[in-house]
Amino acid sequence: MNLEFSDDQKFVQQTARDYLEEHATLDKCRAVLEGSGTHDPELWKGVAEMGWLGAAVPEEYGGAGLGYLELVLISQEVGRSLAPIPFSSSVYLATEAILQAGSEDQKKDLLGRLSAGELIGTFALAEGLGDFDPGTCQVSFDGSQLNGTKLPVPDAGAAGIAVVVAREGEGTSLALVDLDGAGVTRTPLESFDPSRPLYQVDFEGAPATRLGAAGEGAAVASDVLDRAAVLLGYEQIGGAERTLELTKEQTMSRFAFGRPVASFQALKHRMADVYCKIQIALSNGYYAAWTLSEGSEEVGVASCSTRVAASDAFCLATEEMIQMYGGVGYTWEYDCHLFYRRAKGTAHALGTPDEWREKLVQRLDKTIGG
Amino acid sequence: MNFDDTPQEAEFRAKARAFLEQHLEPLNPDEVSPNLLGEREDEGAIQKAKDWQATKYDNGWAVLTWPKEYGGQGMGRLENVIFNQEEGKFKTPAAIYGIGHGMLGPTLMTHGTEEQKERYLKEMARGQVVWCQLFSEPAAGSDLAGLRTSAVKDGDEWVLNGQKIWSTGAHFCDLGMIVTRTDPELPKHDGLTYFIVDMNAPGVECRPIKQINGGAGFNEVFFNDVRVPAEYRVGGIGEGWKVAITTLMNERVSIGAGGGAGRTKDLFRLARECRKNGRPAIEDTAVRQRLADAFITSKGLQYTGYRTMSAISRGATPGPEGSIGKAVGAPFSQELAAFAMELQGVMGGVMDSSVAPQDAMWQESYLGSPGIRIAGGTDEILRNVIAERVLGLPGEHRSDKGVPFRDIPSGS
Ligand SMILES: Cc1cc2nc3c(=O)[nH]c(=O)nc-3n(C[C@H](O)[C@H](O)[C@H](O)COP(=O)(O)OP(=O)(O)OC[C@H]3O[C@@H](n4cnc5c(N)ncnc54)[C@H](O)[C@@H]3O)c2cc1C
Repeated sequence: MNLEFSDDQKFVQQTARDYLEEHATLDKCRAVLEGSGTHDPELWKGVAEMGWLGAAVPEEYGGAGLGYLELVLISQEVGRSLAPIPFSSSVYLATEAILQAGSEDQKKDLLGRLSAGELIGTFALAEGLGDFDPGTCQVSFDGSQLNGTKLPVPDAGAAGIAVVVAREGEGTSLALVDLDGAGVTRTPLESFDPSRPLYQVDFEGAPATRLGAAGEGAAVASDVLDRAAVLLGYEQIGGAERTLELTKEQTMSRFAFGRPVASFQALKHRMADVYCKIQIALSNGYYAAWTLSEGSEEVGVASCSTRVAASDAFCLATEEMIQMYGGVGYTWEYDCHLFYRRAKGTAHALGTPDEWREKLVQRLDKTIGG
Repeated sequence: MNFDDTPQEAEFRAKARAFLEQHLEPLNPDEVSPNLLGEREDEGAIQKAKDWQATKYDNGWAVLTWPKEYGGQGMGRLENVIFNQEEGKFKTPAAIYGIGHGMLGPTLMTHGTEEQKERYLKEMARGQVVWCQLFSEPAAGSDLAGLRTSAVKDGDEWVLNGQKIWSTGAHFCDLGMIVTRTDPELPKHDGLTYFIVDMNAPGVECRPIKQINGGAGFNEVFFNDVRVPAEYRVGGIGEGWKVAITTLMNERVSIGAGGGAGRTKDLFRLARECRKNGRPAIEDTAVRQRLADAFITSKGLQYTGYRTMSAISRGATPGPEGSIGKAVGAPFSQELAAFAMELQGVMGGVMDSSVAPQDAMWQESYLGSPGIRIAGGTDEILRNVIAERVLGLPGEHRSDKGVPFRDIPSGS
């Protein structure tokens, strides 16, 4: 047993941190959040050049051929920086879906462009209120065309293609659609976290090709979501760590009653609680990252644990951040709401933590103490 | 990164298992996990624990992480974890060596004289002589350095007077480690000195204290002109605080990976057995949400412990991060027990193991866990440690700094 990342992996992480500290400052996030753009294209280009978009894509398809242990650490840094780029949609969802289910031709055609950042992908599953469940989709696919409405779809404005979970006959399939093509309408939605904006996407006879076998869509989608949960979990952990660091900085320099507010035990203890929550999430994350890199079946359980723990830790950290900053924490001018929005936005992105709790127990009930 | 055994670790695990199989009866996989609390040991139980320790020692399986010269095996913490995991699959006698082997032995290795190490460590390892920790006093718990038991030099000996309290196992222990005040004129942390004390010496009187769970695992211990030879002193005169800190640091590490981590299996079983709204409780949404959280915290604690062990086995020094295990694990074990009792409905109030599910383990646990939250540092003290020593937040405002101990205000 060895629960440490290797020196090479730590080096990848440090490189990512250095790069993002220089190029993904919080004003970049704020610019997208306050503006009407879809993402920061400059930063996207830079991140692509760093090789992160295809970190886990094999070299034969144009990726960097690293592994998931490297990718999770990059994700942690992306999360830390609140980078306003469609990293999770394109890397964790679209790229992963194509890796999992794509034909040789599809992989050759798409993975290289996705890894190079020329093409941005997203994943369209939700259809309004209700569970985030691949098995109940109503958008229909007849083998060549898509019809229906997906809502919300993350990053659909920036993306050129989407992997769509759709009903095909009695079953569910995945379909690849060109978002710039005929029969597709994308409508930006006011989003809780506008630095990772959400869209409504309407399909009216939009030409699409099948990804993977007909009827296998729900299973593949569920798999993709598990993997994405681990990767996004690391983003959330990175975000939570930065949140706590900033909270510490602020409370050490803010004085009340003649002393730094960080010296009040009520605040110290709450920061200690946030720290513990982050560590519990990170420890679950270690296991999940390992199952991902080993291709172990345990990823089903580990992904749920990481998803829940990381979402909760990030949300708690940001809720506490605003309170401990005091009045300034509630202003648009201060950065607290960037973190607060990202935390809740990511917690809802792949289905809520409560949904993942339910999924966890479904999976455990089959294996534990039976 | 690798959560699996390396080939060497797998081989070690198999060897450990072979040894355990020779001497112990395996736990039936359907059996509930053994009660973690103990604290009801009678003389027979203590003897069984001593016999098992001697067997381990004589076969080279005791105090694995201690150096060979002190009776250990010079192994890493990971081997120790593996051995404990395997031992946990068998029926074992009461665990009475946590304090001695986890805290006091390592303290002696760091601060003891060569003669002291030579004289005590191997004997401690074999476990026929059992040690207790005499730190807390009626007026000094969290604020340990406020202790008042005095030691006064008299010729070649020291004379001890005062009272210790909450001393776990003192009633069956042969030796103890005690922190005393040797100079009340100095500020409180400066006037302390650390000793080994013979629990059978004239003037030592030990009275068990009955706990809320009915057990009597801890004691109050009175010292009435107890004479302690000069060579029993550990560390310099006035250096008792430094020595005590070593003991406490080891305490946090040894408590590390605990905290109800292995019990989610029992919880799932219970949730299938109990009924809610006319169906198995495990089908109830609220129950399922809580089961999920129990699993996640439990795994998080387990892997956090492994992360610490992993870092230590690669040369890191055990740091204050070790406090997470107890800060999260202790309240968690209480929550878990409360949840399990909730599942049992009105039967949660029944402790009779002839009818209570899972041998009333959860009721026992709900009675025992408040003590776990206090012993070895309360929830608040651990949060202070994490806030100050891990996060680097400011220390507490205090009114006792630089003041002679005599002049510090006290409530009693
Ligand atoms: C089961 C059990 C076994 C034990 N075994 C041993 C043993 O073997 N040897 C031994 O020496 N001791 C032992 N102890 C004693 C234990 O270490 C003390 O009980 C513990 O340190 C708390 O001290 P106290 O009881 O004096 O409570 P106090 O220190 O009086 O605490 C009372 C309350 O005040 C809070 N408090 C105190 N200081 C602060 C602060 N700075 N900030 C915020 N809150 C604060 C505490 O958190 C607590 O809630 C044992 C205790 C238990 C329950």
